[in-house]
Amino acid sequence: MPALVEMRQIAKTFGPVVALNGVDFTVHSDEVVGLVGDNGAGKSTLMKILTGVHQPDAGEVWLAGTRVRFHSPLESRRNGIEMVYQDLGLAENLNAIANIFLGREVTHRTGGLRLLSEGEMERQGRGHLNGLQISLPSVFLPVERLSGGQRQSVAIARATAFRAQLVIMDEPAASLAVTEATKVLALIKRLREQGVSVVLISHRLQDVFDVSDRIVVLNRGSKVGDLRRQDTTMEDVVGLIVGKSA
Amino acid sequence: MMQLEGAPSAKAAIVRRLAPSHAAVGRFGLILVMALMMAILTILQPAYFLTRENLTNIARQISSNAILALGEFAVIVTAGIDLSVGSVMGLSMIVLALAVHAEWAAGLAALAALLAGLGVGLINGLALTRLHLPHPFIATLATLNIARGATYLLSGGVPISGLPRAVRLWGAEDITLFGGTSFPIDFPISFLIVIALYLAVWVFLTKTRTGRHVYAIGGSPKAAQYAGINIPRNLTLVYALSGGLAGVAGVLLAGRVNSGYPTAGTGAELDAIAAVIIGGASFFGGRGTAGGVFIGAVIMGLLRNGLNLMNVSVFWQQVLLGFIILLAVYLDVLRRRAMRLEG
Ligand SMILES: Nc1ncnc2c1ncn2[C@@H]1O[C@H](COP(=O)(O)OP(=O)(O)O)[C@@H](O)[C@H]1O
Ligand SMILES: [Mg+2]
Repeated sequence: MPALVEMRQIAKTFGPVVALNGVDFTVHSDEVVGLVGDNGAGKSTLMKILTGVHQPDAGEVWLAGTRVRFHSPLESRRNGIEMVYQDLGLAENLNAIANIFLGREVTHRTGGLRLLSEGEMERQGRGHLNGLQISLPSVFLPVERLSGGQRQSVAIARATAFRAQLVIMDEPAASLAVTEATKVLALIKRLREQGVSVVLISHRLQDVFDVSDRIVVLNRGSKVGDLRRQDTTMEDVVGLIVGKSA
Repeated sequence: MMQLEGAPSAKAAIVRRLAPSHAAVGRFGLILVMALMMAILTILQPAYFLTRENLTNIARQISSNAILALGEFAVIVTAGIDLSVGSVMGLSMIVLALAVHAEWAAGLAALAALLAGLGVGLINGLALTRLHLPHPFIATLATLNIARGATYLLSGGVPISGLPRAVRLWGAEDITLFGGTSFPIDFPISFLIVIALYLAVWVFLTKTRTGRHVYAIGGSPKAAQYAGINIPRNLTLVYALSGGLAGVAGVLLAGRVNSGYPTAGTGAELDAIAAVIIGGASFFGGRGTAGGVFIGAVIMGLLRNGLNLMNVSVFWQQVLLGFIILLAVYLDVLRRRAMRLEG
């Protein structure tokens, strides 16, 4: 069976900056992959190429055995790939429900007009938030008025609301207190049980080792490690991250 | 966060009911200001202010500014700016006047004026999104000059007066509402158009997907991009809307003054922006309501009318308008600060 996602020899430069230099990256079905590396190693860029935020200068992206070219996140989302961006990617002025459905609003026809189905979106959105055990002071507050943890959970709810096959989380716990971070990890495990693959980008190696089946290490735009969790140690991974030979 | 939310608690229900309150408070404050101004004007001018003649006069006078402000508002929601609306209104008036003088049917002439506005708006949108000009300030500053120049060229720099009644009535005449009942009201047609357009834009911005996307783009362009929203398409649409509305405003103003004159609408973009800002929209985008902008336009109209009634010179009127803008935005700053403390 072909891999869920296969990225081959991905290269990307931003002006003079070489962000990615021929990276191979694979995610299988039912797999949690930890993606680690120092700041600026190219983790976010690699995942943004996968979701279609950026286009690669070179390299190919294959999805379940088919070559794909995503020109916008809309296309990757249609193909079951969701991402919780490092900056969350929420519209601060809109409420939680509007954010969860942003770009995929439910509509109905009234007198020749196609209008938003606010009630339906609220019902589905609340159901989904409850399913993730997320509670908010109100789903009608603009998300700018929510706490960091609450906003994070809205971003996660948004990424998981539409039967994704792959959810990418870019530093999902960076702004969270320990108990909240633990809940994100529990959520990742739950997604995997539901047959959703996850890519977790995190600086907390503890977290990465806790949930990942495989760990990929980037170092200055190149892949320097691709290890099954049981075959490696935290020391090895740290060594790869900082650039010493493991 | 992530605790199980049981049955919606009483507290949650209260929070839910209070949730839109800060927006409502803002709007309520605006309505209060408007009511206060009306009360003061009624006291100062008891014999005249509340007469039907004066009220319909105000309604007619604010019509074109209200429509320019409506388009400007949609643009400002995207965190943009449209400096060209005043010039576009002038262009629309001249196109209308030339067309009727060329013996075009009134409806066709009005359509041409509207399309002229729509066309300039489209150019604004495409210049911004296709030519990747750095800020809408640039594209619309360019079309401000191009449209004004074209207006002078087309008119030869002189007013084109005398429009047929079929054109004038949009801006100048009344329609009798509730004619069959015992409370017939003569209502300015132009103001009826204003109300219809505000309702339409309100529905568009708050009840449709595209409207939701327009707010998202203004609130966070990145979030909009991540959500796969077609930002160039939406921006182009909004600038075209603004231009089209400026075209409508031109038709109404031409009807009211019974001519097209090449200086019409000079500086009108600033009044439109003022109404949007007084109406509570944010220059940073993503915030504000059509209802607020409507009240903003009415407040400006009341101010002008009241000061005119009291024989205050237009120079002082302008000074006062400046202070009102400062006050309105400062009140908004205070409200936001209070909101942050409470939240
Ligand atoms: N949109 C961008 N424009 C210019 N440079 C960028 C952009 N995104 C990332 N970079 C650069 O690419 C490199 C990799 O960045 P990134 O993928 O964000 O790293 P990481 O997520 O591993 O910290 C960095 O040097 C960063 O400055
Ligand atoms: Mg990053």
